[in-house]
Amino acid sequence: MKPANILTLVILLGLVGLLVLVPQLVGSRVVERIATALAISLVLVVGLQTFTGNSGILSFAHIGFMGIGAYASAVLTIPVQMRGMALPDLYGVLAQIQVTPMVGILLGGVVAAVVAALVAYPLMRLSDAPAVITSFALLVVIYTVLQHWSAVTNGPRTLFGLPKATTLPLTAGIAAVVIVVALAFKESRTGLLLRASRDDERAAAAMGAGIPALRWQAFILSALIAGIGGALWGHFVTSFSPKAFYLKETFVILGMLVIGGMNTVSGAVIGTFLIALLFEGLRALETALNASGAFADQVVGVTEIVLALAMMAVMFLRPGGLFAATEIGPLILRRFTRRAPP
Amino acid sequence: MQTLLQFTIDVLSLGGAYALMALGLVIVYGILKLVNFAYGELIMVAGYGLFLVNGSGLPWLVMAAVAVLIAVVTGVLTEYAAFRPVRAKSVTAVLITSFAFSTILQNAALLFISPRPRNVPLPDLFSQTVSFGGILIPARNLITIVASIGLLLLFAFLMKRTVLGIAMRAAATQFRMARMLGVPANLIISTAFAISGFFAGVVSLLWIGRIGSVTPGVGLEPLLVAFIATVIGGMRSLQGAVLGGFLLAFINTALNYLLTQDLLQFRDAFTFTLVILILLWRPEGLIRGPATGQRT
Repeated sequence: MKPANILTLVILLGLVGLLVLVPQLVGSRVVERIATALAISLVLVVGLQTFTGNSGILSFAHIGFMGIGAYASAVLTIPVQMRGMALPDLYGVLAQIQVTPMVGILLGGVVAAVVAALVAYPLMRLSDAPAVITSFALLVVIYTVLQHWSAVTNGPRTLFGLPKATTLPLTAGIAAVVIVVALAFKESRTGLLLRASRDDERAAAAMGAGIPALRWQAFILSALIAGIGGALWGHFVTSFSPKAFYLKETFVILGMLVIGGMNTVSGAVIGTFLIALLFEGLRALETALNASGAFADQVVGVTEIVLALAMMAVMFLRPGGLFAATEIGPLILRRFTRRAPP
Repeated sequence: MQTLLQFTIDVLSLGGAYALMALGLVIVYGILKLVNFAYGELIMVAGYGLFLVNGSGLPWLVMAAVAVLIAVVTGVLTEYAAFRPVRAKSVTAVLITSFAFSTILQNAALLFISPRPRNVPLPDLFSQTVSFGGILIPARNLITIVASIGLLLLFAFLMKRTVLGIAMRAAATQFRMARMLGVPANLIISTAFAISGFFAGVVSLLWIGRIGSVTPGVGLEPLLVAFIATVIGGMRSLQGAVLGGFLLAFINTALNYLLTQDLLQFRDAFTFTLVILILLWRPEGLIRGPATGQRT
């Protein structure tokens, strides 16, 4: 491995380490919750980066796979005696199986990956706008199914009773693994070929890159990570409804990735940190405004508007995001060597 | 026989609305090769326009014209705010900015008006029914059919016979060449957005006429319909958009008639699965349109 890549890895994992350390030092439950939520976002954003960043195709379906992971883990881990209440119409076989949350989280990822493998193959032949539109349609399909398959998802109502299993060290550990996987995938043969197809589809195809198959592999990996992230989130909030896995969440995750820069893992990680912290600040502001009673009605949507403006500003000034093409490691090394005397 | 008549009218009225939605999206895509994610919000904005002029005492047609005008203005505004600064840079950047712009409009409606549905004024005609051939037909369905066929004919005339239409089709085929021959790029693009806004405004009247009220998220379904219709029909061709709209309406209505109540709630999932199958068969869509798709 090149020293520049090692430096990237050290910096990004260092950031994740800080995420675990700071709440310990502050010792506040609120900070710990914020840090855990941030780590889950890291898993989701870096997972999305493995597909979107390398293939260059924006995927809206990612949050759908997050939902599949969350529901799969929920169905398998809600204690059997509670399951009769939470999901009265569950099919016989499923109703009896119970696994630990750890296994549930992993299986959540696997289920999402299997669904992705089955559904996505035909879609991988599409490029540009049709690809984006069909991924959008896929999100709607998944959302519709989650919302109406009452036997498994409790319909549009809230599903409750998931064991609380998501701790900060666990989430941060998974986030660290995901970052390593994303960097390794980017540098792998598949990742390299895929990035070639992103930069010039025809040239890459002419060189013999089987683009649909390459994209398919990346999509499955990305769905696997999204499923794990979703299951982690499920065991973090312990009750949720399908509404959580739709456009609002998509917008936030996409915003984090795009502002950081979708072509690099560094961009995904740093974008997540920036936006998550900005979001916390804005949400606190919104709550304060509502509590102060300065306005007659509830103030809603300010957070989204500010995020949207930030996204537009970044796109106008730096269309590739903060880290458009180069990871943070090489970037620092380059500056370092440039300053040193020859 | 009666069922057949009922079915035909359902397909035609839904298809007419769908075709207009798809045309509004594809007129911009054809020229810029860029998707406008804020298209659904043009429909929402027109709905809120109608809500805001409610009670002004104007005749309904004037209120409707104001609503359509608001959609046209917002359409042109979308071009200036979300497309012009980035359109030469990258496809993804434009997708993001238009998605962000749509979020801004939606949340502005949430913030300044209300998350709850707001009633819009509608003429009595929209709630009446007509008895024809032994079946009852809501008058608004007939209005939709007449309005959409009329607009489609007008639009075809505009695109085929006028200088503006020919310039727009030239720009959609080979933008660079069209510019070299003196077609003013920015004017053509702004016009495309204005036409897109016009279609959105008309669709809004017909669509919200069915629902009777407007919410911040009302544009999502028309946006999806437009997306899917254009992808089936072929993203580059205007005829494809119209065909896709009617085909999607046919699929949806047929599923409405065929599926049992249990399965009907999954209708969208069935529709989109069919769409995926169509794309598997023809990734380019049903009608290919001009071969060169170079972006500027």
